[in-house]
Amino acid sequence: MATLLDIQGLTISFPNATPVKDLSFQVAEAETLAIVGESGSGKSLTALALMRLLPKTADITDGSIRFAGEDLVNIPEPAMRERRGRDIAMIFQEPMTSLNPVLTIGRQIVEVLRLHRGLTRAQARREARDLLDLVRIPDPDRCLDDYPHRLSGGMRQRVMIAIAVACRPKLLIADEPTTALDVTIQAQVLELLDRLRRELSLALLLITHDLGVVGQWADRVVVMYAGRKVEEAPPEPLFNDPLHPYTQGLLAASPRLHDDLHYRDSRLSEIPGSISSAVKEKGCPFVPRCPQRRDVCRTVFPDTTMAGLGRSVACHAVTPTIATGPSLHDAAVRL
Amino acid sequence: MLQINTRTTLLQPEADTQPIAVSAEVSPSSWPNLHAADTHVVSATSHNIRRLTVLRLLRNPSVAAGGALLSLIIIAAALAPFLYPGDPLSMVARPLLWPGQNAAFPFGTDSLGRDVAAGLFHGARVSLLIGVVATSIGVSVGILVGATAGYRGGWIDDVLVRVIELFQTVPSFILLVVLVAIAQPSILTVTWAIGLVTWPTIARLVRAEFRVLREKDFVMAARSLGFGHGRIVIREILPNALPAIIVTASVMVATAILMEAALSFLGLGDPNVVSWGSMIGSGRELIRTAWYLTALPGVVIVLTVLALNLIGDGLTDVLNPRTGVER
Repeated sequence: MATLLDIQGLTISFPNATPVKDLSFQVAEAETLAIVGESGSGKSLTALALMRLLPKTADITDGSIRFAGEDLVNIPEPAMRERRGRDIAMIFQEPMTSLNPVLTIGRQIVEVLRLHRGLTRAQARREARDLLDLVRIPDPDRCLDDYPHRLSGGMRQRVMIAIAVACRPKLLIADEPTTALDVTIQAQVLELLDRLRRELSLALLLITHDLGVVGQWADRVVVMYAGRKVEEAPPEPLFNDPLHPYTQGLLAASPRLHDDLHYRDSRLSEIPGSISSAVKEKGCPFVPRCPQRRDVCRTVFPDTTMAGLGRSVACHAVTPTIATGPSLHDAAVRL
Repeated sequence: MLQINTRTTLLQPEADTQPIAVSAEVSPSSWPNLHAADTHVVSATSHNIRRLTVLRLLRNPSVAAGGALLSLIIIAAALAPFLYPGDPLSMVARPLLWPGQNAAFPFGTDSLGRDVAAGLFHGARVSLLIGVVATSIGVSVGILVGATAGYRGGWIDDVLVRVIELFQTVPSFILLVVLVAIAQPSILTVTWAIGLVTWPTIARLVRAEFRVLREKDFVMAARSLGFGHGRIVIREILPNALPAIIVTASVMVATAILMEAALSFLGLGDPNVVSWGSMIGSGRELIRTAWYLTALPGVVIVLTVLALNLIGDGLTDVLNPRTGVER
């Protein structure tokens, strides 16, 4: 499938820190790409950079973001504004605060429809009703005239999704869309996103720190650590055979039902230490916490090496021979 | 609001938590999320928040009392040209008639034989006109400056805050007197002058509100939908700041009326119209012999200002997001 979004060497800098460094990945049309990483790994900043909505002090200092063949880094602000909401839309973590509390749901949907699609008020209202129906909100007519504080968190996130897909964007960025929701509702919202992805054939960039979400919904996974992409793979090989020590630690730290390991029986494994500050520059940022660290790790950030079909990893400890073994197997399984 | 919500959900626990039946043509295949538990409505009753706010306002004793009082004054102002068609400054009877002395002049006459009742009625027009228009000017300028400073931030904010502080360090009444003394005193210049000395209050308030509101998630969400800054300021942020602005504006009308009265008392008002302040000013010399000349307009000013302050208090209770409707 054709590449919709192509990010090459993206670097985001604050005056005294560089929270995203040399980040490259692609998103194909109608594909779900998950970006995982712990807090502070630069996931959300990457999303904001895609929308060109970085805080005033932050800046894209290097790299390119090509969306449908167009370089988003250099187009002027008015042109970018036209694309926001129409070509690229975004939903946020907090559905409770992402809706304007003093405007009705209907008005908030109508506003974006009129702005980007030039509909009349009546047309927009009908379309808004259909959108609420699309995201499975009961009694959409009544919901249109309701204010956000009268909806539950899951409902609000559905409304946010309805607003985001109102103009049929090609790419939907979901920044931790389920973190603020109940576990039961998380699955429903993700299911909704996945259904919309298929029905509206939009690409979904799912930003999360929940590995369970990744395993179930993503086509491909990018693992970020301290602003760098450390590993990229489809979810199955990633879970079965993580290559990067960080990914290995991450997976070992998440309890899974079928594993013998259970927190009642033994201690959960953890990655020692905490994420390094974005100020530090040299070498691999994972060195202080890495069980497989070598001398070279302290001074040189490893190149990203291809490790089989759709897999790549950036680690000195992963030698190409180790890397190709399992992924060749994966390739065979996938074929 | 929160209380109302919980109450209604308690009363009808099952009614709206039922999963909805989705018709077959909407769901061609099997979507497992049909029984979406999150899609229940929090509260069962569906009434408009605006209607609810109006109801709460009317039920508030301060607003009810203030509103009733203010309505009387507005009615008096509206009836003035019909009850007293002539010029209220013309001499119509023997000077210094006490109230009740002559049934034709229930509030008596002043030292020049002018009807006090006619003055009070016509004075209401002037006071309300200046109060409302001056406040509108002050609020408009204040919102413009405050919104720009609060939303844009940076050096624009710095400059505008200095301007606001410049106005606030000068005692506002002195500034008002100077402004009116420079221009010819007329209703128009007095109104503009009052507007120009009161806008910093609103500007500071709006700036503070905007500084908080611009960081809200819904502003970022609006930007991510491609909304321009103008649209975000006017249609997204301003409605959120409106309650605070309305409350302050109601008190500002009272302040403007007081300022006009004080100006007129000092003889700096429009000499061609009668106002409550000028009536007090002209009655001042006779305060020991004919105290009603100062007392009657004084009482009317007090009642008007009281009414507006009561309304302001009530509005604070109802519209304040911390004590009022949960938003």
